[in-house]
Amino acid sequence: MRVPFARRVLSAGLAVFLVTGASLRADEKVLRWGADTDSNAPYGFYNSDNKLTGFEFDIIQALAAEMGRKPVFVQNSWDGLIAGLGRGMYDLVICGIEITPEKAGEVLFSNPYYVTFEQFVDRKGSPPIASLSQLSGKEIGTLDQTAALTMLEKTPGVTVRPYEQEVNAYQDVANGRIFGVLLDYPIAKYYAAPNPNLQFSGPPFGQITYGMAFAKGNTALQQEVNTALQSLIAKGTMRDILSRWGLWTPTIAGAFGQPEPPSLPDTEYKAFVASHAESATLWTRLQRYSSNWRLLLDATLLTLNVSIVGMCIAIGVGFTLAIMRVFGPWPLRWASTCFIEVVRGTPLLIQLYIIFYGLPNLGIIFGHPEFGIKLPPFWAGVIGLGLNYAAYEAENYRAGLMAIPKGQMEAARALGLTHSQGLRFVVIPQSFRLVLPPVTNDFISLLKDSSLVSMVTLIDLTGAYNRIATQTFDYFGTGLVIAAIYLLIGLPFVRLARWTEQRLAVDSRRPGQRPGMFNLQAPGKK
Amino acid sequence: MEPPLLSVHGLHKNFDETPILKGVSLDVEKGDLVSIIGPSGCGKSTFLRCMNFLEVPDAGRISIAGVTIDCHGLEDAPPKDLDSKAHELRQRVGMVFQQFNLFPHMTILENTMLAPVIGRNVPKEEARVRGLQLLDKVGLAAFASRYPSQMSGGQQQRAAIARALAMNPQVMLYDEPTSALDPELVAEVLAVMKQLDTEGMTQIIVTHEMRFARDASDYIVFMEAGHIVEISDEDEIFENPKDERTARFLGRFQ
Repeated sequence: MRVPFARRVLSAGLAVFLVTGASLRADEKVLRWGADTDSNAPYGFYNSDNKLTGFEFDIIQALAAEMGRKPVFVQNSWDGLIAGLGRGMYDLVICGIEITPEKAGEVLFSNPYYVTFEQFVDRKGSPPIASLSQLSGKEIGTLDQTAALTMLEKTPGVTVRPYEQEVNAYQDVANGRIFGVLLDYPIAKYYAAPNPNLQFSGPPFGQITYGMAFAKGNTALQQEVNTALQSLIAKGTMRDILSRWGLWTPTIAGAFGQPEPPSLPDTEYKAFVASHAESATLWTRLQRYSSNWRLLLDATLLTLNVSIVGMCIAIGVGFTLAIMRVFGPWPLRWASTCFIEVVRGTPLLIQLYIIFYGLPNLGIIFGHPEFGIKLPPFWAGVIGLGLNYAAYEAENYRAGLMAIPKGQMEAARALGLTHSQGLRFVVIPQSFRLVLPPVTNDFISLLKDSSLVSMVTLIDLTGAYNRIATQTFDYFGTGLVIAAIYLLIGLPFVRLARWTEQRLAVDSRRPGQRPGMFNLQAPGKK
Repeated sequence: MEPPLLSVHGLHKNFDETPILKGVSLDVEKGDLVSIIGPSGCGKSTFLRCMNFLEVPDAGRISIAGVTIDCHGLEDAPPKDLDSKAHELRQRVGMVFQQFNLFPHMTILENTMLAPVIGRNVPKEEARVRGLQLLDKVGLAAFASRYPSQMSGGQQQRAAIARALAMNPQVMLYDEPTSALDPELVAEVLAVMKQLDTEGMTQIIVTHEMRFARDASDYIVFMEAGHIVEISDEDEIFENPKDERTARFLGRFQ
């Protein structure tokens, strides 16, 4: 029973790997673009029909067509976008990244495809501001790694609150938790303007130019993109796109040298506002969750896949570590102890970051280098989780091995079995029963900790939560749905473990005694 | 003359610098039933455990049924083949423990089958037949499919004897086989050992059962403080101990 199951899980994992590899192999006429599309309206985001859209999405489609390439989208988290360029996950990043001298040292930038400014937003009824210095003594929200953050940090007396999601920042202004939010105009237009409790305040601050980022040295692509972009501007395609998204402002008109009004009505903006203005009754919410069933199903399967493959690694490596630590010669014992202590003493999230982003920086390449990708996210996540839990598993198994009375091994040796035969047939089978309950508990924890793999670009259940919640602003309901799914997929494993445990415990059953979890007593010891 | 089946010469064993055995020698002929008695801490259990290398002696020579291991100067450089030799020697020796040490995750039949099947590649069916025979011999044929925890101490110890016999040993070692048993269960275990004696099995027993030692042994070895003090005929030692220390020890049992 057990072996084919494990094999099935592994081959499922392998399939993910192969699919990832295959889709990236034929990259002659492909334009792979990376972006974080979680809650990233109007740049690139999933609309309420779960279709990828956004003005950057439209620009990339037009650009790729101009270049005669096929656009391929690669999702990555905002914090990892630039690092992903270095890993070769995609050819360029387009995600509202501002061209700054510091960043220009790390990557190549295209010519600006959009020019805008920072817009200050506060609660309706607040007195208007004329300059940022008036915000002294106030708490102001913005997003991480933005030009607005830099501007606020340079303003004396301002307490800066960097947010992960713009929605949360504006929500906190509406709720009075912070005074205001300074963010790029497109964000303010899409997230703050439709909210009747918020108002735009003050003049445009600063000037920000968005550029597409390329890996250092990729000047060929940089030039190709710049040429295509220039042609799109000249043909008016850029003006059309930005007009439809309601982003054709005097600033960008001036920057492109086309001082004219929008060429098309702002249909995309209207659609976005309309879809978010829908009143969310229980019924519409349920409809929304069920319309996302495909995303939820995929995310659930991914979470299960990551957890099960991760647990297989944890069990295998953990078992080896435990045997090394208990029975190995001192160098192995020492190595095993070191690994266990280091892994248990550092956060899983940091370990995942190191495996996913850190190792490629050191030039450590996993998999086939020609795929242009180093260690696919699935395996980075699975290996990170697996190695982390291996440390905990090793300690479980060690405790299990130590709990078996010494006399058991002595009896095995006295019967003429070798040490390893004694381990295999006498000691390990007995400790298996002892460690089953803690191992199940660990699996349940691993299932929940697998949510961290959403940080390495995987859309697991937590990734799905981020996408649905930020698309619909329904944090509470989406949270409940996702939590319920975690609970539901965890329960069968709890039941399974209890059942196995009872089956295995038959030999320790005494009349009138329930099969005991911690029945460590050697037979005969009174 | 045929050499003795088991011969120990000049056995020394220290635990953390404390000498436990200080030069013990003993010859046992085939078919003998020998009881080793003596006060707690005299080294009798260690002596027995050294015989099948559950404890590795620091010095001395042990020879059982043709396998000889010379442990002279073992603490400096244990011979490379010590493991394989000890393994070979254990194939000829059965051991029964005070705490039975049955494998709790197997039925008692499986307990008797494990060593032959795993250690000697005996076919499973053959091991099963042999196991059932042995369980029958110790009066447990009806219990073959029980787990150790479902049986009384006396039954468990008899099962442990059957398990040891499954390797067809030439010598059986018993380390206080009845000490963990309730008094009313002692007799059934001793009866099995007596029966084996009549079948010609060579047995060495570390015991506190003075009556059994006296009734069943061919002779008795009295140990104290790491030495064999007296080896005597079973009646002789009880009625007319030669050594004053033996007399003092036995006096407590009168």
